[in-house]
Formats: sequence, structure tokens, C-alpha cells
Amino acid sequence: MHLKRNDLILIAFLLIIAAGGFIFHAIQDAPENGRAEIWVDGELWGTYSLDENIVVDIDGTNRLTIQDKKAYMTWADCPDQLCVRQKPASKDGESIICLPNKIVISIVGGEEDELDGVTN
Amino acid sequence: MVDMKHRNKNEENEIRIHTPYTGRSKTAYFGVFTALALIFSYIETLIPIHFGIPGAKLGLANLLVVIFLYKRNVKEALMLSVIRILLAGFLFGNLFSILYSMAGGMLSLAVMAVLKRAGRFSVTGVSVAGGVSHNLGQLLVAMAVLETYRTGYYFPFLVAAGVLTGFLIGVTAGEVLKRLECFEI
Repeated sequence: MHLKRNDLILIAFLLIIAAGGFIFHAIQDAPENGRAEIWVDGELWGTYSLDENIVVDIDGTNRLTIQDKKAYMTWADCPDQLCVRQKPASKDGESIICLPNKIVISIVGGEEDELDGVTN
Repeated sequence: MVDMKHRNKNEENEIRIHTPYTGRSKTAYFGVFTALALIFSYIETLIPIHFGIPGAKLGLANLLVVIFLYKRNVKEALMLSVIRILLAGFLFGNLFSILYSMAGGMLSLAVMAVLKRAGRFSVTGVSVAGGVSHNLGQLLVAMAVLETYRTGYYFPFLVAAGVLTGFLIGVTAGEVLKRLECFEI
């Protein structure tokens, strides 16, 4: 194996970009009044507060559990189970994605929303 | 003068007769490589190598695309890639997985072809850029399919995974290419 100087520059550059992204994620705190938005097929399906402990059945294809201010997928009917393996989401912008069922769970924070709770 | 001409013509004929690299063997090698790429795709569905990132995999089949890019040319690497994605998609995946693979595969091949042509990178560097752009292509399709920019959350994970897998594939491709130096495939 021989690496050229340009290879190392490229790899270093890409790793710095990735590290920047990780740091950006890491310094974010769990938001006050955090909510989990559930998007199905590009449309908002429902919003749930992270403060309550609840199990949400999404169209019978996925099951989202919210506990201790964290949201995580506990069950999915797809074979790859990638969303179930993802770590619990609690910070602003974090998301859990189920590609086969086109479901996106994303955490939003910030000011209290009038529609907090179910807006199904 | 006449003699020289005559000899030259003979040599040409000789070369043509004895060279093993005819159109036929080229096609045969293409078939062998397609089959190998398909086997690699299959092996990957059996042993998912998890890097702690959802959906990230090694991309073993891309090893053959990289080798083809170096031993043949962009056009044939593209053909190999497209055929592999279609066959593997219909055998082990579905239309959506074909869409994702195609976006990743095409973007990665384009980036690799440009970087190889620039000549400033070794095969490892080219492969790293290919790995990262492969993941970014898939991320863009995910954004379009899911109609959300939220998938951008995975950007740093995918860049890191692309560097790692691209590096492993690049180092392997470099070693294979070293040993294939005297072979026409």
C-alpha cells in the first residue's frame, strides 16, 4: 500500500468534516419541551411530547416508544430492522428513519407548541 | 525495404495470433467479474458488517468496480456497476434498494473517474472519495424519497463510514492491482 500526500489530505479533510458534524451533534442539549414528530410518506402523522411515557403504534407497521425523554423504535415489520437498532433520539434534529415504511421520527425542541400532544 | 515491410507484416500477424487478449476473452472476463460482483453482493447480505451506523456496509462489490476502472476504463466500470446493481437488486433487494444503489453507485463512479483522471491520488484516495460520495448519493435519494431534509442528520456518520469503507476497499484494490499488473483482464 502506498498513499500519496494528496490521499492523506483528502482523508484528513473528510474526517474533519465528519468530526465537525459529530461535535455539532454532541454539544446540543436535549431541548426543553422536546417533541417527537412522526412523518409518514412526507406528511406529518403526529406529534408527541417527550415528557410523557407512551407507546405509539404507527399504522401497524412500526411502534415508537417514548420513555425518559427519549424516543426509540421498539418494533418494525420490515426485515432489516435498522430503525430498531438506532440509538434513542432525544436531541433537537436527531432522527430515526425507517426507509422501507417511509417513516421519519424527528425530534424538535424549542418553544411550547399549542398543538403539543396528539395532532393526528 | 521490401523485406522489412514483409517482416513487419509478419510480426503483426504473429502478435495478433498469439495475443490472448482478444475480444472474446474480454467478454469472458466481463462475465467473470459480473458474477464475482454478484457473489460479493450476496455475501454482504449474509454477513452484514455493522460499523455502528445504520445501513452502512462494506461495499465489497465496489472493489471490482474500482479494479475495472483501473484495468479497463470508465465505460466498462459503469457497465459492470449498472449490471451488478440491477441483478443484485432484483435478486436480493427491491426497486427501492435499486434506486438507492444506483444513485450511490453512479455518483461514486463519476467522482472516482474524475479523481483518477486528475492523477493526483492513489487508488486508495480515489476509493475513499468513491465511498463517501456513494453514501452521499444515497443520502440525497433518501431526502427525496422521504421528502425531508431531516436525513441530513446522518451526514457526519455517512462521511465517516464512507472514509472507512472506501479506505478498506482502496487498500484491497491496490493490492489486487499490484498482482494483476502483468495480466490483461
